[in-house]
Amino acid sequence: MEFGLSEEQTLLQDSVRRFLEDNAPLDRVRAFADEADDSDIWQGLIDLGIGGLLVSEDNGGIGLGHLDAVLVAEALGYSATPAPFLSTAVLLPTALQAAGAHTDMLADLVSGSLRAGAALAESNGDRLNGGVSCAGSNLTGTTRFVLDSKADVYLVTDSDSGLHLVDQGASGLSARKLSHIDATRPLTELTLDNTPARRVSDDPAVLQRVLTVGRTMLAADTLGAAQFMLDAAVAYANDREQFNRPIGSFQAVKHMCAEMAAEIEPCRALVWYAGHALDEAPEEAELMALQSKAHTSEVGKFVAKTATEVHGGMGFTDLVGLHYWFKRIGFNRQMLGNPEFLREQAARVQGLVAA
Amino acid sequence: MDLSYGPEYEAFREEVSAFLKTHGDKAPKGSDMRSKAVLDWQALLIEHGYAARTIPREYGGYGAEPDILKSRIIAEEFASAQVNSGLGGQGISMLVPTLLEMGSEEQKKRFIAPTIRGEMIWCQGYSEPGAGSDLASLKTKAELDGDEWVVNGQKIWTSTAHIADWIFCLVRTEPDAPKHQGISFLLFSMDTPGIEVRPLVDMTGNANFNETFFTDVRVPKEQIVGARGQGWQVANSILGFERDSLGDPNAMLSRLNRLTELMREETVDGQRVIDNPIFRDRLMRIQGRVMSLRFNELRVLSDRVSGKSDARLARMVSKLQGTELRHDLEALAIDALGELGLAYGDNPYLRDKGTWQYYYMFFLGLIIGGGTSQIQKNIISERGLGMPKEPKIERK
Ligand SMILES: Cc1cc2nc3c(=O)[nH]c(=O)nc-3n(C[C@H](O)[C@H](O)[C@H](O)COP(=O)(O)OP(=O)(O)OC[C@H]3O[C@@H](n4cnc5c(N)ncnc54)[C@H](O)[C@@H]3O)c2cc1C
Repeated sequence: MEFGLSEEQTLLQDSVRRFLEDNAPLDRVRAFADEADDSDIWQGLIDLGIGGLLVSEDNGGIGLGHLDAVLVAEALGYSATPAPFLSTAVLLPTALQAAGAHTDMLADLVSGSLRAGAALAESNGDRLNGGVSCAGSNLTGTTRFVLDSKADVYLVTDSDSGLHLVDQGASGLSARKLSHIDATRPLTELTLDNTPARRVSDDPAVLQRVLTVGRTMLAADTLGAAQFMLDAAVAYANDREQFNRPIGSFQAVKHMCAEMAAEIEPCRALVWYAGHALDEAPEEAELMALQSKAHTSEVGKFVAKTATEVHGGMGFTDLVGLHYWFKRIGFNRQMLGNPEFLREQAARVQGLVAA
Repeated sequence: MDLSYGPEYEAFREEVSAFLKTHGDKAPKGSDMRSKAVLDWQALLIEHGYAARTIPREYGGYGAEPDILKSRIIAEEFASAQVNSGLGGQGISMLVPTLLEMGSEEQKKRFIAPTIRGEMIWCQGYSEPGAGSDLASLKTKAELDGDEWVVNGQKIWTSTAHIADWIFCLVRTEPDAPKHQGISFLLFSMDTPGIEVRPLVDMTGNANFNETFFTDVRVPKEQIVGARGQGWQVANSILGFERDSLGDPNAMLSRLNRLTELMREETVDGQRVIDNPIFRDRLMRIQGRVMSLRFNELRVLSDRVSGKSDARLARMVSKLQGTELRHDLEALAIDALGELGLAYGDNPYLRDKGTWQYYYMFFLGLIIGGGTSQIQKNIISERGLGMPKEPKIERK
């Protein structure tokens, strides 16, 4: 019995962390926010094998487990890294492999020659009369809050829980950037007008699997981002002096930090288990994804606020850049279902919602 | 990540479950710690290695090698069969490990066997009116007079002092030494002349703890554990053991399951509580917290098995988070019951024997006892996160 990381997993975690520390520090994140080019970071991650993490060896990947992917997501959250990890390395490979369709594309995702976006927002509740309908093999409609503006190909869900591939530049497809708080992960609105598409699946279970894996990764991203904010708060508190003493010696400040740690630490076990369940306990995976994303979102919100407060006015500035993590956590909270939505789904999965 | 226990452990689980099938009906139901049924059951458990499992045979235990997973399996099987898992209490959970670590051979021989058999019930005399969180400032003093310590002073919050046979007690023996170095750890009988126990009723309505007064209580000189002035280390020696004394691992989960059933059973204006989306959301929110602590606990357990200590912080937060969560969980049941949630005592509409109110209050006691939540946060920030200590203020 071992509830923890293997040596290989610790190595993977360390190598991704080290790469990001060297290649995606805050200045690089800032630069991305201005010009939205993350190709060097993504290429570096591709070189580390991240593109093929969840792609089976048969399909040209390295076929690691979802717990490994969770560790990568955690590291990306820790560095607030702008890269199309979720859409390109997680959502599309999951969809293609779960459906057993268009698996010939996987090699290009692994090599980094193909970037994927994902249009799934309407499957977590439609707010703006959006959604895409399918006629024949063509799609029509509008889908919003689409991940990754630089995608070569989009994974698009339709109003019947089907999944499709739409190429960038396909006829009738237009895209518009949607400005939002988290500059590290650009969002797009896609309008499709009888746009040709390739069907991936019409099985709601495939869409469900994609959402479940995606939610687990967002939970891990929040965990990493929250851990960064705590580490930053502790370091700042130990350094900054007021009243002739480090503010970290004031109990009010210490308790803020202790409360953050006490909330974050159990999230680690929760998220690890959610990742583990995706491979080893499939019957629990959906509930684990729902609850781990809902719970880390609540913890993340608390940490985002509290860690900022520990920094005083500095925390509120652009200068320190803490807000990138604050916003990253805020983004993760709403994407693929906010906590209230997820908890209602969790109740449903457990038969607690009357028919 | 490998959550299977492996064939050796699965065989062990079979063994425990077979024992429970054969003998489970002999388990006592009541709570009288002195009854013959309780003592017989305890003896049977020790004989089979389900109690006092790792206590050496020469001291009356079962003498197994320590194996956290086996202990865990025993706890899980007894919990799922809902069978009494034997005696606990401060003697068994705190004093016995302390003696094993720091006691003299004579003390181990004399005290351990009757304690684990349930024939010698202990209470813990640490806290005083002026020394709670700041325990090391305790003032109850003991002076050597010939071959005896003479103890004078007062303890408070002494759980079970009213039924205990013996007390393990922290006293000041070196008044001139710095406060942590002036304390000694004494053992004495509660029948010794000069001891007065006054029960204190707690908010649950029970009198489980007491004020304990000592007036010229004479204690044989050799009933000290460790050396003079070493009492603080003795008292802290078992913290490293981190006994599984925070309760059985499944209690939180079974309480959550019961709460879920309760919300399906109870109705308001004919509508089930679970059909109210606000309550449903609150239930799911608690479930998320329960899950996170459950896996946190597994992580801590696994860390202890492997001896890696990667999960130090995870371990440090468990008392704080566990007691606060349990209190919140019980509180949700009370809210779900509305006015019915107030029922207590002999109220004919009592739900689950009034346990929701009882544990709601009881866990507030655990939030305070054994190091308050604030003290836990001091520990987490200083020892866990490496933040500076509060500067000392000199009182004029
Ligand atoms: C149910 C129960 C059973 C108990 N059983 C026993 C027993 O069997 N034997 C025994 O010896 N004792 C026992 N205790 C005593 C228990 O250990 C103490 O109550 C506890 O350590 C707190 O001490 P106190 O009550 O003096 O509170 P105080 O120390 O006076 O604390 C009061 C408040 O001040 C806060 N505070 C104190 N110091 C600090 C600080 N440095 N930083 C921040 N906040 C601080 C506390 O958190 C608390 O909120 C029991 C207590 C309870 C509730």
